[in-house]
Amino acid sequence: MPENSAGTLATPPSATPRIKPPRRLAGTVYRGREGMWSWVLHRITGTAIYFFLLVHILDTSLVRLNPGAYNGVIDTYKTPIMGLGELGLVIAIVYHALNGLRIIAIDFFAWGPKRQRALFIGVIVLWVILIAGFAPRQIANIILEATGHPSA
Amino acid sequence: MSTETIPTPRSSYAPPRTRGVNWEKWGWMYMRISGLFLVILIFGHLFVNLVAGDGVRAIDFAFVAGKYSTPFWKVWDFAMLWLALIHGANGMRTLVNDYARKPLLRRVFLVAILVSTILLILLGSLVITTFDPCPAGMAASALPSFCPAP
Repeated sequence: MPENSAGTLATPPSATPRIKPPRRLAGTVYRGREGMWSWVLHRITGTAIYFFLLVHILDTSLVRLNPGAYNGVIDTYKTPIMGLGELGLVIAIVYHALNGLRIIAIDFFAWGPKRQRALFIGVIVLWVILIAGFAPRQIANIILEATGHPSA
Repeated sequence: MSTETIPTPRSSYAPPRTRGVNWEKWGWMYMRISGLFLVILIFGHLFVNLVAGDGVRAIDFAFVAGKYSTPFWKVWDFAMLWLALIHGANGMRTLVNDYARKPLLRRVFLVAILVSTILLILLGSLVITTFDPCPAGMAASALPSFCPAP
């Protein structure tokens, strides 16, 4: 049996060579570079979105219970702090969506893994563009609501 | 000319499972397929509720009742509810499997995720399918304009 013969031939562990760890976490797809940071951000944004989703299903369920109760909760969504929270939520969702598409490209297409770094840069660029489009809109709505400007 | 065959250096402890449904594979597949649909569903949801018109300022009971006056947004929200909550719950399951080391804690988290997912899916489905845009006994100011006067 090859396993048995390999076992008897093994050298004692004292001969283990010392290998220095690399100074920077780099050199593989999943250590220290775009692959790792995109994965870290994907987990953080996913967790944040999940906990918002739990609350959002509960608050929306008030439409079945009482219009006044629903309006009361939704009015808190229009305050400046929650308005900024929504901006943060949209920032998280847009990243998670774009990087999710990158993951699909990597997993299902031959060009995905080869272009994963370019895809990550594309995710970041598109992310910035979409948020640059949304943020002014949301901030304007927060200010108009806070200054008592009636909605059209 | 004979080719030399090299034996496999190591054999795995347990042979890969070949019988039954490979749930982990389908869970993996679900994340990608549902994710594709969720990009469309959630971007559309965000555009209509936060960007178009007055954005978040316009949302109230009458706004929701207006959206739910036709089946379109009911179907949209129903699909979003199921796809997103199961997608999120499966993602949280992955995190628990990765980070919760103690077997008891792990079990508690996994059961909590399962129970909360089932309850919220039932609640959300019930709300969407039984929604009443003109509930009796409400002030006309809180109701959409198409409701008959009380």
